[in-house]
Amino acid sequence: MAYERKFKIGKPILEVNNISLSFGGVKAITDTSFNVLEHEVRAIIGPNGAGKSSMLNCINGIYKPQQGTVSFMGKQIPDITPNIMAQMGLSRTFQNLALFKRMSVLDNILVGRKLHTKTNFLEVALQLPKVKKEEKQNRDRSEEIISFLEIEDIKDTPVGKLPYGLQKKVELGRALATDSSIILLDEPMAGMNVEEKRDMCRFILKVNDELGTTMVLIEHDMGVVMDISDRVVVLDYGKVIGDGTPDEIMANQKVIDAYLGVEH
Amino acid sequence: MKPVFMTYTKKDLTNLAVCMVLSVLVIPNFITTEYWYTSILIPWLCLALATIGQQVVMGYTGQLALGAAGFMAAGAFAMFNLILRVPDLGFVGSLIVSGLIAAAFGILFGLPSLKVRGIYLMVATLASQFFIIWMIDKFGWFKNYDSSGIITAQDIVILGKPFTTPLAMYFVCLAVTTVLTLLAMNMARGSTGRNWMAVRDMDIAAESMGVSLLKTKVQAFAISAFYCGVAGALFAFCYLKSLEPVAFDIKLSFKILFMCILGGLGTINGAFIGAAFILLFPVLLNSVGNNVFHGAIDATIISSIEQVIFGGLMIIFMIYEPLGMAKLWENLKISLKSKLSSSGIKNTKSSVQKSE
Repeated sequence: MAYERKFKIGKPILEVNNISLSFGGVKAITDTSFNVLEHEVRAIIGPNGAGKSSMLNCINGIYKPQQGTVSFMGKQIPDITPNIMAQMGLSRTFQNLALFKRMSVLDNILVGRKLHTKTNFLEVALQLPKVKKEEKQNRDRSEEIISFLEIEDIKDTPVGKLPYGLQKKVELGRALATDSSIILLDEPMAGMNVEEKRDMCRFILKVNDELGTTMVLIEHDMGVVMDISDRVVVLDYGKVIGDGTPDEIMANQKVIDAYLGVEH
Repeated sequence: MKPVFMTYTKKDLTNLAVCMVLSVLVIPNFITTEYWYTSILIPWLCLALATIGQQVVMGYTGQLALGAAGFMAAGAFAMFNLILRVPDLGFVGSLIVSGLIAAAFGILFGLPSLKVRGIYLMVATLASQFFIIWMIDKFGWFKNYDSSGIITAQDIVILGKPFTTPLAMYFVCLAVTTVLTLLAMNMARGSTGRNWMAVRDMDIAAESMGVSLLKTKVQAFAISAFYCGVAGALFAFCYLKSLEPVAFDIKLSFKILFMCILGGLGTINGAFIGAAFILLFPVLLNSVGNNVFHGAIDATIISSIEQVIFGGLMIIFMIYEPLGMAKLWENLKISLKSKLSSSGIKNTKSSVQKSE
């Protein structure tokens, strides 16, 4: 890469070791291992039903894999729950949008500040000075994110009333508000037009560049994936069929076969 | 809008001032009939408070719970026993402790919400309704071994002063309701309320943001039961002036549920609007029956009509305005404002034309 990165790609921050997940008799993921390095943009690609989203759900603790382990920040996490991972500094977005529909954009992003909120409900009820201070800090940070994502004009709109592309942006904003060290993005650009995709790429790269946040993303648009990611892992039928830089992946015969089909 | 004091905007403060002037200055001076205090204003405040409790758990946290009257009974009988056995606590102290006792029941009966949801949770929370009433009936200690079944509530004494007239009791209810409403408002608008609503709207995402489902749900149930408990104590001591478990039957729970839904789920002012509507509507219907039809319609028919209209309204609101009367009120204000401002534009236009 031509330019100098502010945050050099470092040691593995997230390691997935021999994960197997099945639903009843259906195997979603089989003995899959890969890692994510600190400060990199890592893409997970694969045809539909390859187990990409299931993989993220395993990492984040929504699904419990039957086998295998997940290590985060050098520690193996024995009992993963979404809550524990959030506390350790892993945030995510969802494929089918999991926003708080009746809350405003600002409130959605403020929920992302939950782990930076230490006051309890009694203190909030009584509006003690420290609640006001903390609320102001959280609001300021949320406003920063809102202006970064260029969505100031909709910040008081209930999220459920926004078009899909904007909702995806809000979801990224909510993940950013956590100030996590790693963010998992599940198809952040699905259903977007070229312009919106370009914007989204810009935001992802900017966050990675300025804050050093490690990004793991699932994406279908090959052009986008090859453009923005440092390394790509390819899943097919729940197995890793390729892992490497975009150039290596594009030259990988197995990957080409998986995508274009192969004569038997 | 920018908050000017604490989290309140200018509009909130004007609303608060209007409400306070109305309730403290206007009502006591203009309403002199006891009937209004004993049969309308006092029960309205008590039930609105219980409805706020229902709002916390149902409107804000999205947990379908049906057992508000059970917690009210817990609060009422706790109050009776505290005044009887621990007189040193005083009225306000007893009221708070009664709320806390109800909150403990709330935590206990809120635990199923971690495993079941929706209509199943509603059935599970019914347990609180039946268990608490059964417990009070079963163990004579709670009623101080009174055999008559109905116990007279003790007189309210705060700092040595008796509060026994309807007006004085109205002020007691008003003070408690005002303080608790403001606290509820602070929670609902602050980080606490955001956690509740996050759990309501999308629990998986809330958990991924670090919101603990266990803590948030149990907290909502506890706060809800606290409000119901205090409301129940006031209901027994200021309105019924007696304590009997039958007064807190499932019908009351349903009434509070209807107040919550008709008023508008997830709104604090909706609790007051809903409670006012459900309390006043039968009164209105009765007076129409008496004054327009001069008693030609049988009272039983009137009360049946009441049920029919409530049922119909519930369905209509669920379909057309799930956010209830609070939302209707909001819409009305907005449309009035836009009409006013558009007529204002016309005026300026005509003045411009004149100047030309």
